[in-house]
Amino acid sequence: MVRLLIIWVILSAFGIVAALQLNYPPYDQSIQGQDQASTLKLLTVLATPVFIGVVMMILYAAIYFRRTVPELVDGPPMLGNTPVQIAWVAISAILVLFLAVVGIATLSSENVAQAVGQPGRAIGQSGGQTGSGTAGGSGSELHVQVIAQQWYFTYRYGDYGGVETTHLYLPLDRPVELHVTSLDIIHSFWAYELGVKADANPGVDNIFHVTPQKTGSFQVRCAELCGLWHGHMADSSGQVVSQSDFDTWIAGQQADFNTIGKVVPSYAPYYFPEPKLKAG
Amino acid sequence: MVVSERRLAIPNNPIAGILLAIPGYFAGVWLGTLFGLTDDQNTGVILGYLLATVAFLAGVGFLNYPLERLFGWQVIPITDPAENRGIGRFFRLSLDHKVIGIQYMVTILLMLLFGGIGAMLIRTSLRPFGNYLVPLMIGARRMAFPRLEALSFWVVPPAAIILAAATFWGGFPTGWTGYPPLSEQAGQGMNSYIVGFALIAVALVTSGVNMLATIIGLRAPGMTWTRLPMFVWGIFTTSILGLLAAPVLAAALIMLAMDRTVNTTFFVASNGGSNYLWENLFWFFGHPEVYIFILPAFGIIMEIVPHFARKPLWGYRTGVVGLFGVALLSWFVWQHHLFVSGIAPVLRPFYMLSTELISIPTGIIFLVTLGTLWRARVWFTVPMLFCLGFLFNFLIGGISGVYLSDVPTDVTLHGSYFSMAHFHYTIMGGEIFALMAAAYYWLPKMTGKMLSPMLGRIHFWWMFIAFNSTFFPLFIVGLLNMPRRVSSYNPALVGLNRWVTISAYFLFGSMVLFAANLIYSWFFVARPALANPWHARSLEWQVPTPVPARNFDRVPVIVAGPYDYGLPNARPVADLGGIVGVTGGG
Repeated sequence: MVRLLIIWVILSAFGIVAALQLNYPPYDQSIQGQDQASTLKLLTVLATPVFIGVVMMILYAAIYFRRTVPELVDGPPMLGNTPVQIAWVAISAILVLFLAVVGIATLSSENVAQAVGQPGRAIGQSGGQTGSGTAGGSGSELHVQVIAQQWYFTYRYGDYGGVETTHLYLPLDRPVELHVTSLDIIHSFWAYELGVKADANPGVDNIFHVTPQKTGSFQVRCAELCGLWHGHMADSSGQVVSQSDFDTWIAGQQADFNTIGKVVPSYAPYYFPEPKLKAG
Repeated sequence: MVVSERRLAIPNNPIAGILLAIPGYFAGVWLGTLFGLTDDQNTGVILGYLLATVAFLAGVGFLNYPLERLFGWQVIPITDPAENRGIGRFFRLSLDHKVIGIQYMVTILLMLLFGGIGAMLIRTSLRPFGNYLVPLMIGARRMAFPRLEALSFWVVPPAAIILAAATFWGGFPTGWTGYPPLSEQAGQGMNSYIVGFALIAVALVTSGVNMLATIIGLRAPGMTWTRLPMFVWGIFTTSILGLLAAPVLAAALIMLAMDRTVNTTFFVASNGGSNYLWENLFWFFGHPEVYIFILPAFGIIMEIVPHFARKPLWGYRTGVVGLFGVALLSWFVWQHHLFVSGIAPVLRPFYMLSTELISIPTGIIFLVTLGTLWRARVWFTVPMLFCLGFLFNFLIGGISGVYLSDVPTDVTLHGSYFSMAHFHYTIMGGEIFALMAAAYYWLPKMTGKMLSPMLGRIHFWWMFIAFNSTFFPLFIVGLLNMPRRVSSYNPALVGLNRWVTISAYFLFGSMVLFAANLIYSWFFVARPALANPWHARSLEWQVPTPVPARNFDRVPVIVAGPYDYGLPNARPVADLGGIVGVTGGG
């Protein structure tokens, strides 16, 4: 028994060291993604000794408690052991509660607090904080509306006159408030490297916060089955750029948008295009 | 009361059922075309499926008894099982729980053979053992409501055919979750989903209430709650879930059908509905549903392990508490499917905690099983191998579930291949491995033929290695940004995906090997099974093989628990009143 325990400690130590070496997705392009990666690492570190311990018990039983004589013999009539059972339940409860506390703490830390979507406002209410149409300074939050439809995403920058673009550019180190909505059915906006996933629901303004901290491209794809071309609702054209590059880019987009802006519906928290009932 | 001499002339066999179902379908389509509000045939197809099902059930003979009673005609009893031992009884309406168990088994095997729909109907895959074994294990001669039991089987073939018919309508594009508005946009294939799943909901409710009534009401004298076999406890808890969860699914399906046919807007946002209504209703059913899969599997593992460990179950009461803990908590976790859907943020910590709490009762199942194995004299049979395989697979499935319950990591993992790998580890690595353990353990009792242990061992190792080789890489693929249900993906993942595809073919090969073992052992090298080939103590092994039509000559009196191995002065499990059985293994 002591020998087993020693082997378990050694194997678990090796396992934990190995688990700490790994590079966990979604890596570190955004603060939120980094939080997710460190939670993933914590879970793996905690899971390693549990996994090794239970597998060792299964293997030990399979090897050492095998019947050695040809005829059938009964084992010792052990009916249970209350202290062991209480200890097992207590240990699993402590692990679970620890995980829950860590999870809730991560969730309520400032960066991730509003990271996952907020419920949409009831239909008929006004859109709230995004419709200002005024350009924000580099320190303030950037508002970007993500509009999903079969089978692509477009983006409207509420702070830049509601300009609509086909690519998502985000400035470095500036908090972004994503407002995810859909024109037809449920999609899910997944920016993998940024650690962003938010369902796009028709008639709902689903809010997700992210702060990019590294420049570079990121992938965007739909993560909710949305019909025939769901698999192709993806591109890797998302870019995190410096604030000055972003200003140049958005100015170009605004110039392009001036010509078509008149036929695009005015900026709103969500849209109901015709036909209202069935899109297909 | 004067009983009329008139007899009802409706035949009762599936051929009559099919002959009636065809005009039933066309009558439904005709009605739908007459009265349907829209020109998209949805009304007609749904009515057609429903009328065809009712006509099929009438043809099988379900209406005979109520009509006979209604009109005061002479009641023609369905052939008493004692009189009917021919092969034909498997093709007719039968009220014998053992016949229904075999009917179920063959239907499930056929569905697995035809693939796709098998995946949908896998939820019923442990049902045959429940039907066949529960009365035997509690010392009853029948189920509490034999007609209801027959109904819960006979709605499954129409459901399977209706789901298969979706293929001819272009399938249903939503997968099993059926999220609107996509499911409202979808073509006629979606109607198959609605009617097929509604029929399965009927089967879940009827079999749930029947199992509960049987286990509560028909236990033999002396079969106290603490002597109940663990498999029966697994069926008991799963029946509670089925009975309470399936009506929610039925309600959601009716709303979806109304949205598609009579232009209600339950799920249409632009007209005041909400797709969240469906998501909540579906997962309020859907999460207890996945425990409907796994609770009988837990029961099977805790049932089989003591018999081959030759030890009493280590912590019987704790194990029962574990089953009930899982069953209870399963009602409080459904919104973990909706963490990124835009639900209120304040709800997320609660559902994270409740989901993580489920690992405590699940850990109890592991503790009880491992405690039973400790210092045992393990007899390494094929069922035992599958039990150990279950423990390994379900361990990985359970740990990966914690990753998904944690909101920050779920943002990345939700809807990715990681979650797909997780639920395959629990359902395929868990439930199907338990199903295989049950098949190798109980099929000798049900069919009278032993399965080849040599082929069984090869089957186990082949399936175990191919399963892990197929699904473990999917955890990595999911972490590396591959979502579910896509046809194009990151080119960097092509290598891993090819590996998985090849492994999946090997996994299919292991299923072929299982089928080969069945055919080989039944038809070629038929080794007749003894009444108690495993020398097990529990009651179902104390009756002769093949099981007599009435199960027990007289109601047995239970005098000891089923797992009392090695206890000094352990008595045989039951006083069977002198019928020729075999003595317990103790």
